[in-house]
Amino acid sequence: MTSNRKAFATVMMSAVLALSGFAVYVAAQSAEPKEKVIRISAKKFNYTPGEVQLKKGVPVILEFKTMDVVMGFNLPDFNVRADMVPGKTTRLRLVPDKTGTFVFLCDVFCGTGHEEMNGKLVVSD
Amino acid sequence: MTNAIDRRQFLKLAGLGGVVFASGLPGVTLAAGQDDFYFVQLSDTHWGFEGPPNPDAKLTLKKAVAAVNGLDRQPDFIVFTGDLTHTTDNPVERRKRLSEFKQIVSELKVKTVRFMPGEHDASLDNGKAFQEFFGATRYTFDHKGVHFIVLDNVSDPRASIGDDQLAWLASDLKQQKTDAPIVVFTHRPLFDLYPQWDWATRDGAKAVELLMPYPNVTVFYGHIHQEHHHMTGHIAHHAAKGLMFPLPEAGKAPTRAPLPWNPAEPYKGLGFRGVDTDARTAECKLIEFPVVKA
Repeated sequence: MTSNRKAFATVMMSAVLALSGFAVYVAAQSAEPKEKVIRISAKKFNYTPGEVQLKKGVPVILEFKTMDVVMGFNLPDFNVRADMVPGKTTRLRLVPDKTGTFVFLCDVFCGTGHEEMNGKLVVSD
Repeated sequence: MTNAIDRRQFLKLAGLGGVVFASGLPGVTLAAGQDDFYFVQLSDTHWGFEGPPNPDAKLTLKKAVAAVNGLDRQPDFIVFTGDLTHTTDNPVERRKRLSEFKQIVSELKVKTVRFMPGEHDASLDNGKAFQEFFGATRYTFDHKGVHFIVLDNVSDPRASIGDDQLAWLASDLKQQKTDAPIVVFTHRPLFDLYPQWDWATRDGAKAVELLMPYPNVTVFYGHIHQEHHHMTGHIAHHAAKGLMFPLPEAGKAPTRAPLPWNPAEPYKGLGFRGVDTDARTAECKLIEFPVVKA
């Protein structure tokens, strides 16, 4: 990794990620990710797709774009979140460490339908 | 005191040590002691809401005002802990709702009324419209020796208190004696009640950390439209019922959608709270009131 790419990764991590725990690892992604990329777009007041299927232990890149206003992506059960800013692409690397169905939601109040803006992450073995 | 419950009984009921609460105790009236005073908390009135969860939406707030005016013991002051209005993307409509709300609550007999915004009032314009009608979104005041702090965790749409306000809080707390009785009002919970439903404040833990050195602190908030009690260390956090529609218990429903209106039990789950406060310790006794007596 070049120094520029390291710096980019550091900035991205500090800017958009919150993480804890041992089994879940989330990191900023380099420009050419090797993992499968799951693209999630947001607009008032839903995510597309609204349901994301993942395999436990298999790393993926979640790539976010918002089509209108500032949104959030919060996946509390994995302690990860990201701001979604118009005109920018946000990426998270996620390795799901547990199976089940988990809620993700917009945590930036974005309008009248904000409270219904959520989706499901389904992690299977 | 009628149907008096002494402090030991409250402590036994609550099991929480220094902070006590009791709910659903009809007929209990509170007598004013030398060191006590009384205030009323109303929350989440969501003026402007329309929908099946409350077919009486245009009258519920007015009934709540009448219920407060009908209390045997009138409070020293009244506080509204946010979501005065239901959100709208239209700035003109937002101001109309705030104006109507202000007119309705002007009918309260008690004229010392404190307001703060919820995310429905303030998050789409960073509190601009709210401030036009009600002034500052964060402030302090003192009453009979108790220090009250109003924290704004909604004007930032990211549900953050923010470093500037945290510095303001730290500065204010430094002026208080360590054993000062302190009551905090805010809209969202300062702890992670249920982040899956956005029932949290992103940097709420920083506020709690600042409050932690003070042994006599109690927090009152709204947002979750139901009574809820939680301890972070020695600090008690009490959520109030709403006055438009109740919400499910955290995680006990697929979504946080309002609970349906039950014609057989209208206004069930709605209400407001009286708080009897010991001015020496900020120890609080809570009495929950319905909007309409059964």
